[in-house]
Amino acid sequence: MEIGNIMEKLLLKADNITKRFPGVLALDRVSFDLRPGEVHILFGENGAGKSTLNKILAGSYLPDEGQIYLKGKQVQFRNPLDARMAGISAVYQEFSLVPQLSVLENLFLGSEIVKKGLLDRKAMLNKAEGLLKELGFDLDPKANVGELRRAERQMVEIAKAFQHRMDVLMLDEPTASLTDKEVQRLFQIIKEIKGEGVGIIYISHRIDELKQIGDRITILRDGKLVDTLDMAGTDEEILISLMTGREVQEIFPSISHEPGKTVLSVEGLSTAGGIHDISFEVRSGEILGIAGLVGAGKSRVGRAIFGLDEIKAGLITLNGHPFEKPTPARCIEKGILYFPPDRHKEGLVLCRSVKENQTLVSIPLFERGGFIDARKEEDTVKQIVEKMNIRPKRIDQTINYLSGGNQQKVMLSRGITRDITVFIFDEASCGIDVGAKHDVYMFLKEQAELGAAVIFISSELPEILNLSHTVMVMHAGTNVLTIPGGKATEEMVLSSCFGYDHSGSGAECVEPNIET
Amino acid sequence: MEWLKKTFVKVGVLPFLLVALLILFSVAESRFMTTSNMMIVGRQATYLAIVTAGQMLTILCAGFDLSVGSSVALTSIVTSSVIVSFSSPVTGIIVGIAAGIVTAALVGLANGITIAVFRVSPFVVTLGTMSVIHGLALLLSGGVPIFNLPDELNQLLGVGKIVGIPVPVLVTIIIVILVFILLNRTRIGRYFYALGGNLEAARLSGIAIKKYTCLAYVLCGTLTGIAGVMLTARVASGEPNLGAALPLESIAAAVIGGVSLRGGEGGVIRAIFGAILIVLIRNGMNLMNISSYLQMVVMGCLLIFAVVMDQFRISIKGR
Repeated sequence: MEIGNIMEKLLLKADNITKRFPGVLALDRVSFDLRPGEVHILFGENGAGKSTLNKILAGSYLPDEGQIYLKGKQVQFRNPLDARMAGISAVYQEFSLVPQLSVLENLFLGSEIVKKGLLDRKAMLNKAEGLLKELGFDLDPKANVGELRRAERQMVEIAKAFQHRMDVLMLDEPTASLTDKEVQRLFQIIKEIKGEGVGIIYISHRIDELKQIGDRITILRDGKLVDTLDMAGTDEEILISLMTGREVQEIFPSISHEPGKTVLSVEGLSTAGGIHDISFEVRSGEILGIAGLVGAGKSRVGRAIFGLDEIKAGLITLNGHPFEKPTPARCIEKGILYFPPDRHKEGLVLCRSVKENQTLVSIPLFERGGFIDARKEEDTVKQIVEKMNIRPKRIDQTINYLSGGNQQKVMLSRGITRDITVFIFDEASCGIDVGAKHDVYMFLKEQAELGAAVIFISSELPEILNLSHTVMVMHAGTNVLTIPGGKATEEMVLSSCFGYDHSGSGAECVEPNIET
Repeated sequence: MEWLKKTFVKVGVLPFLLVALLILFSVAESRFMTTSNMMIVGRQATYLAIVTAGQMLTILCAGFDLSVGSSVALTSIVTSSVIVSFSSPVTGIIVGIAAGIVTAALVGLANGITIAVFRVSPFVVTLGTMSVIHGLALLLSGGVPIFNLPDELNQLLGVGKIVGIPVPVLVTIIIVILVFILLNRTRIGRYFYALGGNLEAARLSGIAIKKYTCLAYVLCGTLTGIAGVMLTARVASGEPNLGAALPLESIAAAVIGGVSLRGGEGGVIRAIFGAILIVLIRNGMNLMNISSYLQMVVMGCLLIFAVVMDQFRISIKGR
């Protein structure tokens, strides 16, 4: 009976949850529990399994193994509606709103108030206005969601969760696009519902925020449970070493800095996509880190050079010659290669093999008399798979079945299938495990030390600080600070990330996942 | 069971259907499993096989071509009109065949440019050209067949044999080999798979996606033109209503043969087996005296079944 007692005190308990995706063990026998009236933080790197666990608890995924207990009773959610009916409300990282519909229609999607078979718009409007007022969100229920700012869409998302009676609330990076004032309002609401006995599962990377509202914290790494701790008594260093499984020094290789002549220089670059007057140069053997908040225009710089964004003004010079009207094909021809941040969307052809993905930029080099020399191609690919430590080693394996880290390595290794002298990495370590991150950094190091010019765009500050020789900080589409010679410090970069200009468009700027 | 599932995930529904139907028809109809009937099936399958090879190229590029049937009709009319306008049958046949194939290639080019450059969906574009091209074929012919084609045409391309192999079968084999080499040994094939599988990834890899998308439709048009010429030779007249069933049958054949409608996946050999399967079904139903109306019902169901199975295959693959 003792076990029964403990169970009753727990609001939610997940026991030995395992979840597999093709090629990945996303969760490996993870246990987790939530008490009434507590904020329980889920903490870990991208790809550690936080969101997967969250989605299992909210009914979006079915666990492969393990049990879930809600208030002591075993439950099995087949879909999110099941979980919502049972009192679990979730606010997801990706927006689950229909942009063509209004705020009101989105709030009641799936739970419309109906009178005599017709929608009761008036009742819904009243209820929605009451809810928004209670939450303190300044939103027009009739506004179209597609026309809202990111922060406002986030508020709709949160309001949607609050509309139902709930025992458990899940928040996945809820503050990512909110302003300070809105964040404080959200925290106040969280405190209020805590008092009512609601348990809150909270995912965030911002440690200061976690300290402010967290009661307990569970750390996940590579799909495994590392530890569950009381928030009081932990500090940043403990959390980071638990999260990454190693000391910071072990993750980042030291990269020697012997700059050669200037390879690529950019002067006064402006694009239709919203960057203005960007200037910088990268030398051979040098890594230029580009830091800044999400939405600051970091990616735009890489995309413009690679010919993906239309250039309005400015001059690009490559090896001393003007390089005009870039296109991907001409860039690759000249030795410039851009690696996009989302490997699934823009990087890989998921239904094709490792081999085909790796040589996609260099097929003409394997041709003899108009035909692809299959042996030459395979030999090259096999060598690279070996060198880059790509698993499994089968080069005909469909790339979809590889883990995120191996997929990333296949994409990056395109850069060594032909003569590339300018590498532009855009969020190169996004969503891969620590081991793979280390391999990616080693690749970066090797290319730079072999004399490539490297542009390293990243939202993760530790990466920028530990890998770059020169750091360029962007804010609202412009270059606000350039720090040469490895002298950049966290304070310098962070303060300029937020820019001088705190008025106006500030709310549009989203904070990056700065994991320090 | 595990083995069955693996085979299904790897190659799709085709082998299962093929075995089931061979057994079914053999049991139901004694004339089915005979050498002479299989010869007939082989010869009938050639036209659909050639069109399917072309259709497959557009599907690999995440599109499809609904205008293949109309193209066959227009090719037939153009080729016949040109041939009868010459007094010398040999010159007429040569020029006529060239004119027919070029016409179909141009239809493919028009499709390709509209789809690749103006970014209109392949469905809308080829649905439109389907009507346009068929209309042109009817206009040119006045809606009636063109007769009085020289016998040489039928003798050579229709019923002729080279080293004991019927000419249409020979042509089909050559085309399949060429398409196989194109897909597996040239950059064109590699780029078709890449841009069909992920257009953005292909673009960022410096591939001229518009050019290659266009090329897929031109090749599809060209192959359709060849099929059109061969069919014209077979029926020995220019027919403005030739090939009406081809869009459905060629898409069904490709999908049954494991070519994914999402693009980027599939091979020509299996697509050809898809075509053979469809002709087998038609042949079997004919032998069993099943009415052509009911056959239409069966063919439509078969296409939908193939797509459902493709979807199902993807879902168990993803699990």
